Amino acid sequence: MAAGVATWLPFARAAAVGWLPLAKKTMPKPPVDKKSRNDEILFVNVSGLRFQTWKNTLDRYPDTLLGSSEKEFFYNEDTQEYFFDRDPEMFRHILNFYRTGKLHYPRHECIQAFDEELAFYGIVPEIIGDCCMEEYRDRKKENQERLAEDTEAEMATDAPLPPGSTSRERLWRAFENPHTSTMALVFYYVTGFFIAVSVIANVVETVPCRPLKGSVKDLPCGEKYSLAFFCMDTACVLIFTFEYLMRLFAAPSRCKFMRSVMSVIDVVAIMPYYIGLVMPENEDVSGAFVTLRVFRVFRIFKFSRHSQGLRILGYTLKSCASELGFLLFSLTMAIIIFATVMFYAEKGTKGTNFTSIPASFWYTIVTMTTLGYGDMVPNTIAGKIFGSICSLSGVLVIALPVPVIVSNFSRIYHQNQRADKMRAQQKVRLARIRLAKKGTTNAFLQYKEQRGIQDGDSDSTALCVKNRSSFEHQHHHLLHCLEKTTNHEFTDELTYSEMCMTESVGYRTSRSTSLSSQQGLSSSCCPRRAKRRAIRLANSTVSVSRGSVQELDTLQVQKSATGHQSRSSLNAKTEDMKLNCDDRDFTAAIISIPTPPANTPDESLPPSPGIPGILRNSRSSTYTQETVKISSL
Amino acid sequence: LGVCVCVSKNVYKVDDELEMTMVCHRPEGLEQLEAQTNFTKRELQVLYRGFKNECPSGVVNEETFKHIYAQFFPHGDASNYAHYLFNAFDSAHNGSIKFEDFVMGLSILLRGSVREKLQWTFNLYDINRDGYINKEEMTEIVRAIYDMMGKYTYPALKGDVPKQHVDAFFQKMDKNKDGVVTLEEFILACQEDENMMRSLQLFENVL
Repeated sequence: MAAGVATWLPFARAAAVGWLPLAKKTMPKPPVDKKSRNDEILFVNVSGLRFQTWKNTLDRYPDTLLGSSEKEFFYNEDTQEYFFDRDPEMFRHILNFYRTGKLHYPRHECIQAFDEELAFYGIVPEIIGDCCMEEYRDRKKENQERLAEDTEAEMATDAPLPPGSTSRERLWRAFENPHTSTMALVFYYVTGFFIAVSVIANVVETVPCRPLKGSVKDLPCGEKYSLAFFCMDTACVLIFTFEYLMRLFAAPSRCKFMRSVMSVIDVVAIMPYYIGLVMPENEDVSGAFVTLRVFRVFRIFKFSRHSQGLRILGYTLKSCASELGFLLFSLTMAIIIFATVMFYAEKGTKGTNFTSIPASFWYTIVTMTTLGYGDMVPNTIAGKIFGSICSLSGVLVIALPVPVIVSNFSRIYHQNQRADKMRAQQKVRLARIRLAKKGTTNAFLQYKEQRGIQDGDSDSTALCVKNRSSFEHQHHHLLHCLEKTTNHEFTDELTYSEMCMTESVGYRTSRSTSLSSQQGLSSSCCPRRAKRRAIRLANSTVSVSRGSVQELDTLQVQKSATGHQSRSSLNAKTEDMKLNCDDRDFTAAIISIPTPPANTPDESLPPSPGIPGILRNSRSSTYTQETVKISSL
Repeated sequence: LGVCVCVSKNVYKVDDELEMTMVCHRPEGLEQLEAQTNFTKRELQVLYRGFKNECPSGVVNEETFKHIYAQFFPHGDASNYAHYLFNAFDSAHNGSIKFEDFVMGLSILLRGSVREKLQWTFNLYDINRDGYINKEEMTEIVRAIYDMMGKYTYPALKGDVPKQHVDAFFQKMDKNKDGVVTLEEFILACQEDENMMRSLQLFENVL
């Protein structure tokens, strides 16, 4: 119901007394309003800005948040007000809607923010008043278009290829995006060069060169050096044919490719050559052959693959088709009218050029486009008058559609600029997103280490632990629960691939590698920097070790808290390379030259005879952890 | 219940794409919800604030739910499990979770009795809601859980680990060895498992 109607309801009901004498049946009982309390002022606190309004005002629209019982969810008992953690500036407009019944769109606000506020308060944007509706619609459309472009740019073909792509797909990608690989770039420039060469050759062919010895007439260079030009032409056509065939092979949908404009241009560019090859050398056919050579100029259109500006121009013309059509139509109309008029005006003159109406077309066109060659001029006074009217109106007719075309071109050009910028930034964005994702993974792995350490010594871990927010704590607890459910642990990619490789390498006796100095874990309390360094080191050195694994065979370091007892793994179970505070030593070990192992006096277990090379190095650490180094058999 | 479907058409044919159908759902009153669940008014307010912020329209559809859930498990693919979870919350089976569904589910999980929690879990596992959990259903659930672990696990997931897991589960739960687990078998078996009973209390301070 509209805003003020509720106010008039008591009046309408009171006026119903006028029906009573006429009523055929008795009146129904009126509804009893149980909660009939007086209107009260409500306090609405929006992010600190306090609004006050009558309850009735809000009740006018019961299907919105403020008008329904949904606002009770935001009622603060202590301060006796409704608290919303939203934009106070926008709330002004929302509240005005309740007060006046008209929703206005603030022009300086972002359209999306406004839409979100409306969605939150449960107001349908269609209610926006007529005064602001057009602006709202325009802005919304513009925003939607921009978002659509952005999503298109996101899914641009610059994204890295899926790993399982065939060579055909890679080839197609190389053709469409030359920037993806050096080979593609080289090919791109080579074809560009040959297109230029071919076009220049076509042009120079017709320039007159100095005549041969013994002849007076100037020869066009094409005939003088016909062999050279022929070779050049052949080379170009070969390259173009090769390119076309490769594109045809790599295209995901061959029919669609063959129908595309660029492919048609390619075919038209190389066809004349082949037709010329097969055509016999007789006179009458060679005339047609010469005409075919004209088509060689289409090679210049192949540049549109190399130049974005050309593509934009073509796209603009396509999108301005209606304007161009209008221009053409109006011009044709005007030409016919004026040509007819000029013809009849000049009909009487002797020896006039205006021999027929179609002949006058040429005069009209030349005049309307303000060219004025002067090969046809009116002689009679009437002809001159109509001629001047013709030239004046020509200016008008041509000037009208041109701004539309220009603005279209400008819009498309700017769109393209933005798409390019987005694509350039896309790589950075993707990299950052990947990094953030890795951050959460690493954070969880760190958390696991903390938990492992916690069993040992709680004091030094306290500092490490407190740096994390409660959200992270709970999140990590959740992930830990998942691990316990499946009885598998999370690791990171490097560890996993390391593990896979070590298993595949198999069991070979090897030189054993050992941890170099076991530094005391003196300053290991929350060495965040050290941790990060360790992770970075681990990430980089594991790649080193990956290469060197082949020589050193398997280097597996296993750390475990003393709580775990089943570490005497005779079956050389691969264990997780836990990245934790103690990792500095470990990573140092990977880089270092293998030294003969040393048994610290703490725990000297005799190496089991059947499995040479299993050593136990325990460290005298505050965490009482064992470091077991296993080299594969 | 306030389900308002606001449909508005545009006068101009050109702007047909702007035709909007906004389904905005209003939850029941605060008092009613307080009576139906084990939450206090304050807690309901907190829950609703968060819910409304994420879903101003008042309902969560499956895509949004999957997206939200996947953010907690960046390592693996949480979409399958999120699907089953969604169905467990969506008591009306209409493809969207309203605030009431959300809050009632939470109430059972956090403040419900042991039997209610186990019943909820049974419902989660019983995909086709026929009152029995058979091996196929269980395998799907377990596979979905293992999918969330992702590829990089230690020890590496070799062989058909989910299947082994399911076999172990059925060993424990299926008392009369008839190939399906009924609600009573399930509850009995869980109550025998002390570890599990203790863990049930784990999540009570989630809010």
